[in-house]
Amino acid sequence: MSKQTLIVIGNGMVGHHFLEQLTSSAAAERFDIKVFGEEKLLAYDRVHLSEYFGGSTHADLAMGTADWYADNNIDLHLNEQVTAIDRDQKTVTTPAGTYDYDELVLATGSYPFVPPIKGNEHPHCLVYRTLEDLDSIRASANGVKTGVVVGGGLLGLEAANALKSLGLDAHVVEFAPRLMPVQLDADGGALLRHKIEELGVQVHTEKATTEIVEGEDSRLRMNFSDDSHLETDLIVFSAGIRPQDTLARTSGLEIGERGGIVINDQCTTSDPHIHAIGECALWGGKIFGLVAPGYTMARTLASALNGDREAAFTGADMSTKLKLLGVDVGSIGDAHGQTPGARNIRFNDEQAGHYRRMVVSEDGKTLLGAILVGDNGPYDTLLQYALNGITLPDSPETLILPESEGGAPALGPDALPETASICSCHNVTKGDICGAIDAGCSDLGSVKGETKASTGCGGCAALLKNVVDSELEKRGVEVSKDICEHFPYSRQELFHLVKVNGVRTFQTLIREHGKGHGCDICKPAVASILATCWNEHILATDHVPLQDTNDTFMANMQKNGTYSIVPRVPGGEITPDKLIVLGEVAKEYNLYTKITGGQRVDLFGATLSELPEIWEKLIAAGFETGHAYGKSLRTVKSCVGSTWCRYGVQDSVGMAIFLEDRYKGLRSPHKIKMAVSGCTRECAEAQSKDIGVIATENGWNLYVCGNGGMRPRHADLFATDLSDEELVRTIDRVLMFYVRTADRLQRTSVWMENLEGGLDYLKEVVLEDSLGLGRELEEHMESIVGTYQCEWKTAVEDPEKRKRFREFVNAPDKKDPVQQWTTERDQRRPVLETESA
Amino acid sequence: MKARTRWDSVCKVEDLVPESGVAVWTEDGPVAVFYLPHRLPALFAISHTDPFSGSNVLARGITGDIKGEPVVASPLYKQHFSLVTGQCLEDQDVSIKTYPVLLDGDRIRLEVPAAQSETAAA
Ligand SMILES: Cc1cc2nc3c(=O)[nH]c(=O)nc-3n(C[C@H](O)[C@H](O)[C@H](O)COP(=O)(O)OP(=O)(O)OC[C@H]3O[C@@H](n4cnc5c(N)ncnc54)[C@H](O)[C@@H]3O)c2cc1C
Ligand code: HEM
Ligand code: SF4
Ligand code: SF4
Repeated sequence: MSKQTLIVIGNGMVGHHFLEQLTSSAAAERFDIKVFGEEKLLAYDRVHLSEYFGGSTHADLAMGTADWYADNNIDLHLNEQVTAIDRDQKTVTTPAGTYDYDELVLATGSYPFVPPIKGNEHPHCLVYRTLEDLDSIRASANGVKTGVVVGGGLLGLEAANALKSLGLDAHVVEFAPRLMPVQLDADGGALLRHKIEELGVQVHTEKATTEIVEGEDSRLRMNFSDDSHLETDLIVFSAGIRPQDTLARTSGLEIGERGGIVINDQCTTSDPHIHAIGECALWGGKIFGLVAPGYTMARTLASALNGDREAAFTGADMSTKLKLLGVDVGSIGDAHGQTPGARNIRFNDEQAGHYRRMVVSEDGKTLLGAILVGDNGPYDTLLQYALNGITLPDSPETLILPESEGGAPALGPDALPETASICSCHNVTKGDICGAIDAGCSDLGSVKGETKASTGCGGCAALLKNVVDSELEKRGVEVSKDICEHFPYSRQELFHLVKVNGVRTFQTLIREHGKGHGCDICKPAVASILATCWNEHILATDHVPLQDTNDTFMANMQKNGTYSIVPRVPGGEITPDKLIVLGEVAKEYNLYTKITGGQRVDLFGATLSELPEIWEKLIAAGFETGHAYGKSLRTVKSCVGSTWCRYGVQDSVGMAIFLEDRYKGLRSPHKIKMAVSGCTRECAEAQSKDIGVIATENGWNLYVCGNGGMRPRHADLFATDLSDEELVRTIDRVLMFYVRTADRLQRTSVWMENLEGGLDYLKEVVLEDSLGLGRELEEHMESIVGTYQCEWKTAVEDPEKRKRFREFVNAPDKKDPVQQWTTERDQRRPVLETESA
Repeated sequence: MKARTRWDSVCKVEDLVPESGVAVWTEDGPVAVFYLPHRLPALFAISHTDPFSGSNVLARGITGDIKGEPVVASPLYKQHFSLVTGQCLEDQDVSIKTYPVLLDGDRIRLEVPAAQSETAAA
């Protein structure tokens, strides 16, 4: 059977999600897929559009990559608008040509509504929908003072925040008597207005703009129907969105009275071969202006195309919870109490700035809707009551009263039914989570990996953790943060005990705060904590027995009991003389040599007793330990940068060497890797590192918490255009905060994902110093940098320490008999079990 | 016939590392001797050979106790072995040799089976 052609018009969030669903299903085999997108850029996360002003790039926001499209054989046409559909011929037309289809999917989204006001065609009248729009706003805001947003809804307030972040005096002009008229009531809107004005955004309600003319002091002047006026340099219209249904109209598909392409439960339009999903679609007389319902439509359509007859879109919950200009706002279900007989319960604390309203059914048994302003604390609990129809307690008002006034505690995870939706981004129910646990997931991380829950907006992170913990407990899995049976504390708590009580040995710690004799879990963890706090030599007598063998012998044990040696080569820069020394030493001891991924050289096959001899020679030639054995900084990889590379804009090698020298020897919960690239081409792959630095024209961009290895994670952009000093200070803080708060064996990526508040929280702590810890973190780092010593140098100089390296204490010349060798590709290597057997 | 054994002097007290192990060479092959000063008795001796890898590494493992049982963790694949019985805690079917050990003045002595050749000669 020859393949059919499926064409998708629109490469936005929902269109992309649909492709992801379709390509991972059986139907992928049936179709040749073509996609047309009007925008120049690959689908990106529009929900987080505003982060573009915070330094995110298109690459950060992108939903997929060109490679993904290529790998899935999707023929992608960007910057190519579809101008017509011919339903009889089954073709679509673009300026570049005409294409046949068998099935057609419209995912054209919506466009901003610009009210028909005289003068709105002025070049400084803009909208807020695409990355290109944001570029225009940024250009327009350059060097001017004032900006106005027309429209005080969700998007309008977000746009006002963006104007503020561009350094403008921001105003919001709203036609209705209050802000967010759709979601809030009068009291809620008034409180929100008050809070937003406190933040320096001026709000003008009940203002109808009649015309826009040339201004006197500024570029523009808005005249209002009440004869007042406002001068501004630019205007952003955010007066609502309209479904992009032009193609559907001109090709005669059924259209709703007020726009929108009519679809049935299977997301199919009045033409059985044309489907519509996302914001352009009208279902049950409603447009859904949020991304989650669009995703649900995308999943439904993909299932239907796979022949699933049960697949149906059955509407979506439009509850929202967000932070607008830092103010919590939440709106659930029937927020305005339009259900007949509905009753209201209000709680208004003007002092604290909290407004809460519940809409309950006539019999007072079910929650129909709610409004929250100032504090979204009760949101999760209320949403679960509303979505699942859970019967309300006898005095429902306790749900919104502060606990001090008799408020009820949050709804426990046990009270939720199996069908309760926990993560709406990925449509994960409590039942799915229980299923994952029954299938073997035994911690939060694996449940996330299995179900994708909480990997979208992260809004459900706290709820998810509660559900997972409670389900694990029910199954008899003890959810304990205790590090092991010897200490009833987490690593972080142990860190505090050590630091606060000035504990300097493991014996003291276990005597005073633990029980038993310790084990291979708590001993190395405590060793690492002691090293971070006091930075004493790891072979100091008290510390020896605490260490992993690799730390004890300062080399990595290989499978036959021999060790590898990895001298530090900062930034991967090495002189010919030093290279020759490595070669000579390797030859003398018959060591297998290999270049590592971290831009240095591994020497394999040294016996315990050879280690100090070899290091003596390496140290004499100027080498230092590379800490390849430790939970500490490994390497700072670099590209050649501006010194040689024609694209380089900064000296990446110099910076890498500086960073490696600064942080070498820092003990941490797990290994730390860094890299520095000399320009955005990113040859050093910095974005897969715990700390990644990429040169810009103006300094350095810092990325954090990336990971390669088993569980790759793209690093997050943390700060942009930093000077050398700012860069070092920021890294000092991030690393020290990690070292102090992470759990044992937690890489930075997992640590950050588990921090309550995630990246934003980390930014607050590090960049805004929200905990007032900044100085202390820097000073702590400074003291560690100041007390650095090369452990190998100290060890080879101390005869007592060298005694540790005897293979058999009673037979200095005895060679370990199990180590057998053979030669492969001109180098010595161990005989494998399969060969010796 | 009862196998002949003897008490070999394998090293001095000063060779031991508190809370940790050292390897000694004996007629019976490599043995790991552990000195845990906070316990009574404080000396333990087990085979130095990790049965899972065949490599001679156990003296270099981390010592401790699991539910009260003194153990060492293999530095390669992290299984725990009882210092008293040689039993592997993770795998019922695996256990390693243990040796009686005692302190004689400043010497450490191990009771090892006499080597084959010597038995034959005697
Ligand atoms: C600033 C902002 C903040 C938002 N915040 C939230 C939020 O917090 N939560 C939430 O749920 N939602 C939010 N949204 C809404 C969310 O972004 C949309 O629901 C979602 O993007 C809709 O996806 P879509 O694929 O239907 O449309 P879009 O993402 O708009 O994609 C449609 C694409 O189709 C293209 N297209 C249109 N016509 C044609 C044609 N003829 N030929 C080719 N291509 C065409 C368009 O150029 C566009 O790229 C926000 C939106 C904005 C602008
Ligand atoms: C498919 C659904 C969604 C996805 C994939 C998604 C994705 C994300 C991501 C990746 C973040 C950044 C998290 C972080 O690293 O800090 C985020 C934050 C945020 N999202 Fe979403 N999101 C979704 C739906 C929503 C919805 C429905 C809303 C509300 C209407 C919303 C509001 C927010 C807000 C306000 C933040 C900032 C949170 C904060 O204060 O830190 N998102 N989202
Ligand atoms: S990252 Fe840039 S500067 Fe560095 S090697 Fe690549 S192209 Fe050159
Ligand atoms: S990838 Fe696996 S096999 Fe290769 S070095 Fe790492 S742990 Fe060893």
